[in-house]
Amino acid sequence: MGDMIKGNDAIAEAAVRAGVQLYAGYPITPSTEVMEYLSWRMPELGRTFIQAESELAGINMVLGFAFCGKRALTASSGPGISLKQEGISYISKYRLPCVVLNVVRYGNGLGSLRSGQSDYFRDTRGGGNGDYRCIVLAPSSVQESVDLMYLAFDLAERYRIVTEVMSESALGQMMEPCEFPPMQELTVQDWALDGKYTHERRVAFMENYVTTAHENNARYEEIKEKEQRYEAVGLEDAEYVFVSYGIPGRVTHGVVNELRARGEKVGLIRPITLWPFPEKAFEQVNPNVKGFITVELNDYGQMVDDVALSVKKKLRTDIPVYCLPYVFEMVKRKDVFRDFEKIRQGQWKEVY
Amino acid sequence: MAVARKIPELTGRPTTFCPGCGHGILTRLLGECLTELGQDHNVICTIGVGCSCIFDTAYQGDMIQAPHGRGAAVATGVKRALPDVVSLTYQGDGDAYTIGLAETLNAAYRNEKISVFVVNNCNFGMTGGQMSWTTMPNQVTATSVHGRDTALTGMPIKVPEMIAGNFQTAYVARGTVTDAKHIRELKGYIRNALKAQIAGEGYSLVEIVSPCPTNWHMTALEAIDQMEKEILPYYTLGEFCKRGGKQE
Repeated sequence: MGDMIKGNDAIAEAAVRAGVQLYAGYPITPSTEVMEYLSWRMPELGRTFIQAESELAGINMVLGFAFCGKRALTASSGPGISLKQEGISYISKYRLPCVVLNVVRYGNGLGSLRSGQSDYFRDTRGGGNGDYRCIVLAPSSVQESVDLMYLAFDLAERYRIVTEVMSESALGQMMEPCEFPPMQELTVQDWALDGKYTHERRVAFMENYVTTAHENNARYEEIKEKEQRYEAVGLEDAEYVFVSYGIPGRVTHGVVNELRARGEKVGLIRPITLWPFPEKAFEQVNPNVKGFITVELNDYGQMVDDVALSVKKKLRTDIPVYCLPYVFEMVKRKDVFRDFEKIRQGQWKEVY
Repeated sequence: MAVARKIPELTGRPTTFCPGCGHGILTRLLGECLTELGQDHNVICTIGVGCSCIFDTAYQGDMIQAPHGRGAAVATGVKRALPDVVSLTYQGDGDAYTIGLAETLNAAYRNEKISVFVVNNCNFGMTGGQMSWTTMPNQVTATSVHGRDTALTGMPIKVPEMIAGNFQTAYVARGTVTDAKHIRELKGYIRNALKAQIAGEGYSLVEIVSPCPTNWHMTALEAIDQMEKEILPYYTLGEFCKRGGKQE
């Protein structure tokens, strides 16, 4: 077992191990330790760290750097990621790889510094103007943060897509033992701009939008087919299936373990990829399942929509889908036990 | 002895700028300077949003179109990735001085080793001639139909003076395209800006005060006349930060 390390420091070191060559960003709680760590770690390795004047500038530095075929990272939280959407849309348009880390903080506007999952809709739907998707990876432990950050750069380059690692305030701030992967060689992509006019130019207004749309569709379908990731518990005999990701997913896992130990037939799907949403997991669910229950840290439930769509696609349309939105901070096991009981007794209204 | 002057390959294609616009002259000068400095196959150009987009009709080299105003941040990313490649931006005043003022000033503030070329035609050209921060007092535009009221909208911004007067940079100048003499001077400024970057001295910016006959609703000659009478007396020409750090 590795040494104890704070989530934000660990995920920053994972990016270093994955061969990141540029970090550009702006401080915001609860993600700031990522840039603090990289501010000394990147120069130590002869790599580039820029404290940008804003999140907008940070993501646009990533855009320029990524055009040159090298691995680039920016990190922020809630409102900071909103500012980055302009750049993320452009990077997606240009089909460039990069990794964006969102250490999610709860809420609208300035929100709160505490944990939440209120950025699900924005980040899984693209977020900026236009019609594009980003791969979104949601860890539930410090070790998984490291593993997914390491994977994120490979996925970003394989599909030439923006890949977001969606951490959470609590996950960034807590310490756990953690093993690190080996240091990767630094790479340059063969399609990169080099100043020598080696490759065909891709500038505004000159592309065939219909062709590009078809290419993007094919790419997204391939990602949906190959890259769905999730953890599943007890789906084959489950009467109720909980769906939850991140730290709430970890808490729900504990709830499910305890209920199963008591002989209750419950299951868990913990999405690890939020886009593509792991709808394949729903194929494994007991056809006589009585309901799905999402456990989320937001106001009204967001992932519940994707669960309902997956239930419709993979099972039937008459299975109720419930949501337990615990707003912010931390999901408490006793609350989930209590509210699950209400669902079983018909005292909780389904969302779909 | 007469020397044959070739059209630089880098910017050799015809442009689609309006008749009488100054952009075409800058396009040609940039191509000439990069070629003469042996950098025409060692340059990545970041263009802005607005009339500067049209630069891509002429320009043959590697190019990135930045989000509106973010040119200096994108060019920063390019330069940090490829320190030996010339990284320049080609922007207008709406792009670099209005929506992108933060990115422009902060790149200068960091003394980022990029070259920024800004065409100042005193309005947002591409969207049909709205007021920008460089619009002259009392100038009629699509969003200042009774003339720019500086009491409500501020005085026209002088970014080269702001940068040269406050930040440690390598080279800052303002030129224009109104006649052959000024075009020659402008070419010298562009060359100096590029040389400053190539020598690793730091940030360089050249503003090019340019006519916009279409949106000023003038003939090309009337536009030049307007510049000489009203605009150039306000936007002083010259080098505000010379190479070697000497300031005027």
